[in-house]
Amino acid sequence: MSAKLDRLIRQLKESFGDRIGEPVLAFGQVTVVVQAGNYLDVVRQLRDDPALRFEQLMDLGGIDYSEFTGYQGKRYAAVSQLLSITHNWRLTVKVFAEDDEFPVVASVMDIWNSANWYEREAFDLFGIHFEGHVDLRRILTDYGFVGHPFRKDFPVSGYVEMRYDPEQKRVIYQPVTIEPREVTPRIVREEGYGKGDGRG
Amino acid sequence: MADIKNYTINFGPQHPAAHGVLRLVLELDGEVIVRADPHIGLLHRGTEKLAESRTWLQTLPFLDRLDYTSMIPSEHAYCLAVERLLGVEVPIRAQYIRVMIDEMARILNHLLSIGTHALDIGAMTMVLYTFREREDIFDVLEALTGIRMHGAYYRPGGVYRDLPDQMPKYKENKFKNAQTVKELNEARSGSLLDFLEDFTNRFPVYQSEYHTLLTDNRIWKQRTVGIGVISPERALQKGFSGPMLRGSGVEWDLRKKQPYEVYDRMDFDIPVGVNGDCYDRYLVRMEEMLQANRIIKQCIEWLRKNPGPVITDDHKVAPPSREKMKGSMEELIHHFKLFSEGMHVPAGEAYAAIEHPKGEMAVWAVSDGANKPYRIRLHTAGIPHLAGVDELVRGHMLADATAVIGTIDLVLGDVDR
Repeated sequence: MSAKLDRLIRQLKESFGDRIGEPVLAFGQVTVVVQAGNYLDVVRQLRDDPALRFEQLMDLGGIDYSEFTGYQGKRYAAVSQLLSITHNWRLTVKVFAEDDEFPVVASVMDIWNSANWYEREAFDLFGIHFEGHVDLRRILTDYGFVGHPFRKDFPVSGYVEMRYDPEQKRVIYQPVTIEPREVTPRIVREEGYGKGDGRG
Repeated sequence: MADIKNYTINFGPQHPAAHGVLRLVLELDGEVIVRADPHIGLLHRGTEKLAESRTWLQTLPFLDRLDYTSMIPSEHAYCLAVERLLGVEVPIRAQYIRVMIDEMARILNHLLSIGTHALDIGAMTMVLYTFREREDIFDVLEALTGIRMHGAYYRPGGVYRDLPDQMPKYKENKFKNAQTVKELNEARSGSLLDFLEDFTNRFPVYQSEYHTLLTDNRIWKQRTVGIGVISPERALQKGFSGPMLRGSGVEWDLRKKQPYEVYDRMDFDIPVGVNGDCYDRYLVRMEEMLQANRIIKQCIEWLRKNPGPVITDDHKVAPPSREKMKGSMEELIHHFKLFSEGMHVPAGEAYAAIEHPKGEMAVWAVSDGANKPYRIRLHTAGIPHLAGVDELVRGHMLADATAVIGTIDLVLGDVDR
């Protein structure tokens, strides 16, 4: 498997040169970071180049890096998982949105039709706008939902809750009454924690 | 002449053939579908967001709730992703058990899929037959995990426990006399593997009964042949996988092409369709059940001969045995730390895909080194398939929408997450 992935990395370097970031091989998969400006050209070539031939876009998801430990960089990224049936290899393509306040990346819907719903989902949940998408509606959240729930600054319990009001005889929205709580705190341990140095 | 306009109707969210809470807005020209717009999210539980506030282990049972017709394989993708980040080795016996359970789930899933598909388009009897066999598999899962559906059985690093030596038995009551109970308990007298082996011997006969009921049935063929046709090129464009892709003639199965666990040691075939219509996909699923049955038999044979551990002995990932914990301070600390703070997964990103009964199911796990996931992205096969419904039903009659929804093997828990 590893020899095949080395071949993929060599091929990527040959085909794109410095138009893509350095391909990284980690945990058995190859990841490349692409600049938002080159994104469309690069993915189109990834699909059409016979030496690469990624026919399928298996998945595309957003991510919000704002609370990632030790991370300083652009906040939002759209991450696609490509699959080549011909060569039987996979590639992860990551593109960061230039502006953190109004994240925009190009839509790959014309290249792979399957991107349609994935991009709608990333727009709905992370507020990433996909330029060139013909039907960028919300997909998973309720009709009339406000905000983008998977952003790290959106609370798990949300802002509004729904209940039936017997006086008004209809379902109403009201601010949430759930107290936020954290059962297990989130911990990142320092390097070498728990390894033990023989002194107990 | 009067001006005739297109007519828009709601199919669902409360419709027996919508397989859950799917709202399908159909634009009709007479009885011909011009456009279909699926509205999803009515079952959206925010699994990916919930995972971010729970430890790696607490997240695992959520995975069962995604596709509630074939529960345990979803855990498999999650465990593979976490194991890849942790770099732990899974004991070989656990790998065999996982493969066996996955294939049982494949039969479970296809039985429901074919049964309800037939029910939706008018063959009432079929679902009664397929649910009879589902019951046996549920019994196995109950003996194994304690729960009939949402097992929470796999763990990063192995499986929760070894296969039990006995099956639960029926007891006499006012509805079942001694003779009936004796007959029912006959297959249950041995271990779980004995019961499962008995099932695998019976299953090909059951499968041939379904063939008798449906395969040459004239009404079934009229409702499925030539309906919802998709070419291999379009299926790839649409991101289809699993039987939806193989029905169009693309020989692509992760179990063969990118083998995980011990699939490379198994002897099985991949059935492919020719025409890419509902009927071919039905035939693919029928044959896949038999192939799954073959794999289960091979696993049973291996598991009988090779005892061994079923979970890794790395106590940063898996708990020590109860017995050791009572006698050793070190093990007690491991146990306490693992179930209070949880395991720490090294920083990184891993995308692990498995051949779920419905297609490619994958988990993209992102960790920043904490005891909780930074982000979990769940890719389920249902999303691209449902997104493709518009293309599959265009130009067909209204009644064919039901046939197409049946053939994509839709489960809304899977699509909405």
